[in-house]
Amino acid sequence: MSVITENRINIDVKTNDVNERKAVNTNVQKKDRSIIYDTKNLNLWYSQSHALKDINLEILRNEVTAIIGPSGCGKSTYLKTLNRMVELVPGVSTTGSIAYNGNNILSKSIHVEDLRTKVGMVFQKPNPFPKSIYENVAYGPRVHGIKKKAVLDEIVEKSLRGAAIWDEVKDRLNQNAYGLSGGQQQRICIARCLAIEPDVILMDEPTSALDPISTLKVEELIKELKQKYTIIIVTHNMQQAARISDKTVFMLNGEVIEFSETDQLFSNPKDKRTEDYITGRFG
Amino acid sequence: METLETLHENNKMESRVRKNSIWKSIFFLSTLFGLIVLAVLIFRVVFQGISWIDMDFITGRLSTTAENAGIMGAILGTLWVMIVVIPVTLIIGVGTAIYLELYSKKGKVQSMIETNIANLAGVPSIVYGLLGLTVFVRLMDFGNVVLAGGLTLALLVLPILIVSSQEALRAVPGFLAEASYGMGATKWQTIRRIILPAALPSILTGSILSLSRAIGETAPLTVIGIPALLIPFPGGLFDTFTALPMQIYYWTIDSSLVAEYANLAAATIIVLLLILFLLNSVAIFIRNKYQQRY
Repeated sequence: MSVITENRINIDVKTNDVNERKAVNTNVQKKDRSIIYDTKNLNLWYSQSHALKDINLEILRNEVTAIIGPSGCGKSTYLKTLNRMVELVPGVSTTGSIAYNGNNILSKSIHVEDLRTKVGMVFQKPNPFPKSIYENVAYGPRVHGIKKKAVLDEIVEKSLRGAAIWDEVKDRLNQNAYGLSGGQQQRICIARCLAIEPDVILMDEPTSALDPISTLKVEELIKELKQKYTIIIVTHNMQQAARISDKTVFMLNGEVIEFSETDQLFSNPKDKRTEDYITGRFG
Repeated sequence: METLETLHENNKMESRVRKNSIWKSIFFLSTLFGLIVLAVLIFRVVFQGISWIDMDFITGRLSTTAENAGIMGAILGTLWVMIVVIPVTLIIGVGTAIYLELYSKKGKVQSMIETNIANLAGVPSIVYGLLGLTVFVRLMDFGNVVLAGGLTLALLVLPILIVSSQEALRAVPGFLAEASYGMGATKWQTIRRIILPAALPSILTGSILSLSRAIGETAPLTVIGIPALLIPFPGGLFDTFTALPMQIYYWTIDSSLVAEYANLAAATIIVLLLILFLLNSVAIFIRNKYQQRY
């Protein structure tokens, strides 16, 4: 029940000044580690193939949760279920439930658009729109009905600062985002995601298409972002998971094998399969 | 016997290199063949017709005497027909493409519809003429007017436009739509703000190319019944009309009676070719200018 109360507070404050809301959030989050995503008995099929098997997970607010596992283990599928992007694949069916702030998001009665406004997503390959840097970041606010130039200007600057790329692009906001390097494009995509003021950011291997230096910058950024947002990140890179996450989920063949504090999972895995994977014996 | 030596010694290098250049020549000659035929055609037409083109020919009315004949009526007729064809094909064609590509469930019904549309694009144009004659001229009782001709030509190019628009929409990378959905945009917002702008250059190119097809069509118009000698200019959707390709057709078959008609036909071909060339240039310009990078 306390989860829902927290949510109310957020919504009420949302109507006030944007900065104020963030300030409140920052104060609240130090203590608030309540459950944000409660997954119960989740099964998912792509047509006939059983991609997620009986997943039970409790993801906490204001933490970074990393999901690791070999290719095809279902980690991206699970991530995309959390904002129902998985439905874009034809023939997907699910059973079980995922409660987000207490509401089952797999229920047909919720608006996915509403969910995706609270749960932003950053994709594997940087995917800015073929528009100017400004228009990329302003896209979300525009979609949700903000038209005033002054408000948009403020959101764009704030989001670009939040994604640690403002100084690199402030003089060329009207240039096409595809003129930027891959790493910069990915940070534009993160800024674009911040612009809708989400509570949660889902990241699907956000650095796998980037060079080591860009990867480092994005990782630095993630460490910044975890002060304000709940982050769930899928990664191939175990060192990355170890570097940036609080909790780590290890998945294999569509099942959750182990879920614990990151330090513990890497230093003292309970399951033999987890140990084999993190020591490089397979995957 | 194949041994490791084959790789370095008995490797028929000479004959492989020769074969390589023979194939290159074959492909070059095929290209050359088309170019030469085209050049001969254009040269013949220009040679025969260019001296007949002057202001009086462009702005004049039709006449039985070759010296006095002008093609303004046909130019206006073609323009009026386009006024019908453009909105009808764009709205129905792009709308259908959006529905088929982005909304309808992929399955047997969908693929059956798509196969049928693709087949319709290959139906001979005279069949469309018969359809136009039956439905628009007789059943709906428009008569052989601009509206009937325009609708008939619109039907003719619709399948082409639908297929090319579908291809344009399909070419928009899925990750753009994903990014938009990921931020809580609805399907319509994603289509309007992301997919359509990205596909628009290709859709416009396809529209202009299918429009030039409609401008050059003769067979459906002959079936509808276009008068051979129409003196008044068309001024509205319910006026009888003639069009540039029709004029070329009539002057060519009548050139056995009056030899100069062949020259008039050649001159009209030049005008038609110029219009088509202009349209295609616009298509290329649009494609290059608005093509988005991603």
